[in-house]
Amino acid sequence: MHLHDFWFLLIAFLWTGYFFLEGFDFGIGVLTKLLARDRTERRVLINTIGPVWDGNEVWLITAGGATFAAFPDWYATLFSGFYLPLLAILVCLILRGVAFEYRHKRPEDRWQRNWEHVIFWCSLLPAFLWGAIFANLVHGVPIGRDGNYAGGLSDLLTPYALLGGVVTLVLFTFHGAVFAALKTDGDIRTRARRYAAGLGLATAVVAVPFLVWAQGDSGNVRSLVAVVIAVLALAVALIMNRRGREGWAFGLSGVAVAAAVAMLFLALFPEVMPSSLDPAWSLTAANAASSPYTLKIMTWVGVIMMPLIMAYQAWTYWVFRKRIGTRHIPATH
Amino acid sequence: MNLALAPETLARWQFGITTVYHFFFVPLTISLAAITAGLETAWVRTGKEKYFHATKFWGKLFLINIAMGVVTGIVQEFQFGMNWSDYSRFVGDVFGAPLAMEALLAFFFESTFIGLWIFGWDKLPKKIHCACIWIVSLGTILSSYFILAANSWMQHPTGYTIDKATGKAQLTDIWAVLTQNTTLVVVFHTLTAAFLTGAAFIIGISSFHLLRAKRRRERGEELGEKRKKQVGAMRASLRVGLVVAVIAGIGTALSGDQLGKVMFEQQPMKMAAAEALWDTQAPAPFSVFAVGDVSKGHNSVELEVPAALSFLAHSNFTDSVPGINDIAQREADAYGGQPDDYIPSIFMTFWGFRLMIGFGMTSFVAGLIGLWTTRRKRWLAPAFRTGEDEVPRLMLTKKREMSPLLSTWSWRIGILTMGFPLIANSFGWIFTEMGRQPWAVYGLMKTADAVSPGVSQTEVLISLGVFTLLYGVLAVIEVRLLTKYAKAGPDTDEKPPAKDPKLRLPSGGPGGPGGRGGPGSPDGGASAEDEDADKPLTFAY
Repeated sequence: MHLHDFWFLLIAFLWTGYFFLEGFDFGIGVLTKLLARDRTERRVLINTIGPVWDGNEVWLITAGGATFAAFPDWYATLFSGFYLPLLAILVCLILRGVAFEYRHKRPEDRWQRNWEHVIFWCSLLPAFLWGAIFANLVHGVPIGRDGNYAGGLSDLLTPYALLGGVVTLVLFTFHGAVFAALKTDGDIRTRARRYAAGLGLATAVVAVPFLVWAQGDSGNVRSLVAVVIAVLALAVALIMNRRGREGWAFGLSGVAVAAAVAMLFLALFPEVMPSSLDPAWSLTAANAASSPYTLKIMTWVGVIMMPLIMAYQAWTYWVFRKRIGTRHIPATH
Repeated sequence: MNLALAPETLARWQFGITTVYHFFFVPLTISLAAITAGLETAWVRTGKEKYFHATKFWGKLFLINIAMGVVTGIVQEFQFGMNWSDYSRFVGDVFGAPLAMEALLAFFFESTFIGLWIFGWDKLPKKIHCACIWIVSLGTILSSYFILAANSWMQHPTGYTIDKATGKAQLTDIWAVLTQNTTLVVVFHTLTAAFLTGAAFIIGISSFHLLRAKRRRERGEELGEKRKKQVGAMRASLRVGLVVAVIAGIGTALSGDQLGKVMFEQQPMKMAAAEALWDTQAPAPFSVFAVGDVSKGHNSVELEVPAALSFLAHSNFTDSVPGINDIAQREADAYGGQPDDYIPSIFMTFWGFRLMIGFGMTSFVAGLIGLWTTRRKRWLAPAFRTGEDEVPRLMLTKKREMSPLLSTWSWRIGILTMGFPLIANSFGWIFTEMGRQPWAVYGLMKTADAVSPGVSQTEVLISLGVFTLLYGVLAVIEVRLLTKYAKAGPDTDEKPPAKDPKLRLPSGGPGGPGGRGGPGSPDGGASAEDEDADKPLTFAY
């Protein structure tokens, strides 16, 4: 295996980790308006991800940085090509992060309500936009001879991309509901399970057609396997959720997220950004990669650090393993 | 196209605004993380409540800051690709590596352990909890190291070759990038400046509280136990701030001098511009004040210290220092075009350099004076003592023990100094980045060739507008929140965690695999957990 193939794999892994982790963060954000009935319940939900959301978001930064280091051309075309959607995501991530930290810092109702709006909308929008961006990425976008994006915003707003956005939004919300059921206690936990059941079905309704469409559009045998795993995992997650096996349900919804992301990357490989204008202008793992020397160094750093990072992040989840209920929420400051 | 609205100009404005803004939070985060860690260590080791309260107080302000630092940092990583895609293509092989290392070796630590620290007060043993903030601190420092290594490569490219087939820079020696003198000196300079910034922040806020206490005292108000404790925590903090300010101030000056020497060698144009030194001179004077006229190629007004610049550049009073006109001619000969193309904004570099040094050194001097006026012999008036542990050191009354410098005005200066290093930092960056122009990567790639060719003027205009507006609004919110919490002072009613929680591992651990069993498990942990089952969280969003 070439090093650039390994790095394609690693970047796919980073994105998968990002969507697995921040997927339920986004879902929780969206659920603060759907599932929570009052402020205390909203705080229960927010606090399930309180200690971990920041660490989860670093997966995105690392995916970005790794792409920059390992595939500069991919990074350049991707980030300049999806300019406006990425701008919107950035604005959302900025506001959302600040909202988590600042919401509880003043007692005024208006202050807290405004930040709660921010948490909802700035979770919903990126959850949608990431799906739209990845759908476009896999389908192919107009990339010119010079490797630059040659289209406009309208080229990104295809029905296929919009469906992709809806899929990630609903899938992440489902993933978030399953996570809420696993991490909360009391009345909200029961309701989270009920929401998960509904959202799981909704996910199936939008995700199955999308995955079939994506498979037909740019799939191959490997990606077909991922599609099958994603669909099966979703189905079993729903069954487990129904039976009240929350740990299993969460694990499986995570598998569904991971398999869906894996499907997109498997469909992509060996290209990293197919051109819809001329296949010869597509960016591939080989032609967008850094020099073998850079890849070698980064491989050492990645291979040593990733297991360590995953170990201490897992430990964080262990430290904060206790379920949270409304009775655990201290009075507002 | 209107040049003022050319994508390059807009992209540069955006980079300037977002970076200077981001760098308000960075130095505060770096220094407050370490200082909070130091205070928590003091608490863990001595068990004194004032250190606990100081830790909580500065920790809170630190968190308000780091929230902004983290989120504005994401923009930095994205915008290379968004606005500067040709730059990214050209340098990615070299420049991407330290950025990715930053994420893998620093960001993950920072972001994960900050969560543990914020929420872990009652979940982690004291020592582990304290270790978490040290890891965060280490993460912030490592993070600055890698990003400065990347920036130093733009200032002075090394350890690379230009690939003949693609025309792109290719890394040949990572150690050269990570350990070149530019990197090491810049890291030293930036870190010391960061600590000066945090120290001034602490001095300012402590001064505010101590002045308030002094005034209350002068009005004849009796200070309650709570206020006395606040004074104790603030006095301890003030001393920490002053000591750090002096050490960091000396470090900033020394490293700044070193960095100047490195830059005289590596980017003579930047240093000539910093001095508005138009013509090569031996010995070269240090300019105190000048009004340059680029079109004429000389200064219209000038006030100089003879031979001082030669000393700064070469450590002697005789050697010649090359002037702007000569260097510009040399660069035009080497890279083509007109000499004028290679002259950065003299106004910005000259004044940026002076404001950086001026504001930075003022806060250092303020720290030095403060340290002297609050030295050991000055005692804390009895009215402020909490009885717990106050060694009389700092006095706050107007009576006989008062040093003349410790008047209301000296406290006010302490408060005022707070913002000085922030101004110095900003101008330092503006100076060093604008002084490198027209280059994005010195000698290799011009800024004009670095922008994204596929991104339209409208798109950059939108993002520039959005970021300016968003950052402006957030600045107002942040400063107000910071002021509110800074003014409130330490919450001295808060009690340190009563018991030290045991650390339990997922399986195994001291109790073996059965450790998680029922109430009868050997370590009794499970029953302790049941007891706490309904206890509210000590910290919640």
